[in-house]
Amino acid sequence: MEMLVLQVSLFVLAVILGVELITKIPATLHTPLMSGSNAISGITLVGALLAAGSGDVSGLWVSVLGMVAITLATINVVGGFMVTNRMLRMFRRR
Amino acid sequence: MSLSFVNLFYLASAVLFITGIKGLTRPRTAVRGNLLAAIGMLVAVVVTLLNQSILSYGWILAGGLLGASAGALLATRIQMTAMPQMVALLNGFGGGASLTVAMASYLSTSGPVAASGSIGLLAIGLTVLIGAVTLTGSGVAFGKLQELLPGNAVGFKGITLFNAALLGLAVAIIATLTAGHGGIGLLLLLTAIALVLGVTLVIPVGGADMPVVIALLNSYSGIAAAAAGFIMGNTVLIVSGALVGASGLILTRIMCVAMNRSLAGVLFGSLSEDGGEVMDADEVYAGKVKSSSAEEVSMLLETAQRVVIVPGFGLAMAQAQHAVRDLADTLERRGTDVIYGLHPVAGRMPGHMNVLLAEAEVEYSKMQPMEQINPHFAQTDVVIVIGANDVTNPLAREDKGSPIYGMPILDVDQARTVVVVKRSLSPGFAGLPNPLFAKENTLMLFGDGKQAILDLTGALNEAA
Repeated sequence: MEMLVLQVSLFVLAVILGVELITKIPATLHTPLMSGSNAISGITLVGALLAAGSGDVSGLWVSVLGMVAITLATINVVGGFMVTNRMLRMFRRR
Repeated sequence: MSLSFVNLFYLASAVLFITGIKGLTRPRTAVRGNLLAAIGMLVAVVVTLLNQSILSYGWILAGGLLGASAGALLATRIQMTAMPQMVALLNGFGGGASLTVAMASYLSTSGPVAASGSIGLLAIGLTVLIGAVTLTGSGVAFGKLQELLPGNAVGFKGITLFNAALLGLAVAIIATLTAGHGGIGLLLLLTAIALVLGVTLVIPVGGADMPVVIALLNSYSGIAAAAAGFIMGNTVLIVSGALVGASGLILTRIMCVAMNRSLAGVLFGSLSEDGGEVMDADEVYAGKVKSSSAEEVSMLLETAQRVVIVPGFGLAMAQAQHAVRDLADTLERRGTDVIYGLHPVAGRMPGHMNVLLAEAEVEYSKMQPMEQINPHFAQTDVVIVIGANDVTNPLAREDKGSPIYGMPILDVDQARTVVVVKRSLSPGFAGLPNPLFAKENTLMLFGDGKQAILDLTGALNEAA
């Protein structure tokens, strides 16, 4: 229970920090912000890695689901960061 | 590696994400910010891979290679005009990843992803619900944006009630699972219900409201990741998910304000209201619309001191961003000031027009948001509206009975002359006639957006 309270606190503080940060981002950069934050939400990859790598302990389905999750999350992470970089480079060019 | 050590590295990657997002507050630091966030992700992944609880790398390698190549391919091939679809797709994948992680977690009885106690089960239920809704909702949004599905509102009477029933059922199942009852069958039922709910939530939303939906799904994908973090008590998932969730919510709010719509109105209102009296287009336009030619407009531009270009989704459709940039260059060489006036919901996602203009190497200092440019339309000689409609419609200012009344618009009609580049007099997303087209100081330049701008540049060059 104590752990949960800590985690919920962390969540709430991160939301507040997020709101403060995001309101400062100019409209010009809202599309890269969306693709970039999308890449960050690919952090589920960490959970996916743990599931897919748990080996025979948890059975085949866990590994398979983990692999599907890794595939989806990696598309998100790699695609998200790369396309954001591509867009942002265009903004910096001049 | 001990668990507290791992958690310290997770903290480092969370800090990198936050610093990265902070970098996005200025175009100058944005590239570095994105890089920092990517490094944060790398740190989290490497630390996780070095974790002792990872026993086999085969599945990881397979999924990672598949995902990385697909992601890289998407990111390098996608056209800037198709960025809304790309983001919709990525939102969906994020939701799908959280969904499958939650399912894997439910199935594993021990090991690093196993859920503990009723809190863990509750988190699994919520992750499945949000993740699945994000997955199919984004799929529908993608289909609408890619024009695989009809862009207008689709649905049946009572769809809101149907959705409420689905949601109620999902909540009941989550409660049952949390109490420790049921098994994998019940979890699969929850998944199926949530997948359907994703479809029925997004399908009744019309094309004009797509920016709101994409921003909202962006938020969901973050919240799903945070919920997955609660399953296994993983701090980096909780923090990053919360950041993304907050980001999506803020963008959703900005989009709603820019359209003077409530979020509930966007999600549930499109089919319930019967539109009221629609203004008769013929009556608005009859005998008052002046069609013009590239030559006539170029004569106006020759003497103009200040020109404002107002792009909309039509610019993206016609791939006219480079042609517009050429026209602006030609004008600037003649000593005319050229500024771009951007409405927050121009295009189909927040900031879409800015990206297209940046692709055509327009300086970002020349892209001015609505609040900044509106006071200056009165001192503008010529406004060129290209592919934008509803965001310039004076009904939003003047007609209290109009469905778009109160929506902030670009006051282009205050300029000396307004040139509207458009294929026809057909209405925009809102389905309303635009009295701007019939104003005394408005000239219509009918035709394909790109061709019309090319003709205009040609006529200007000839005159020089």
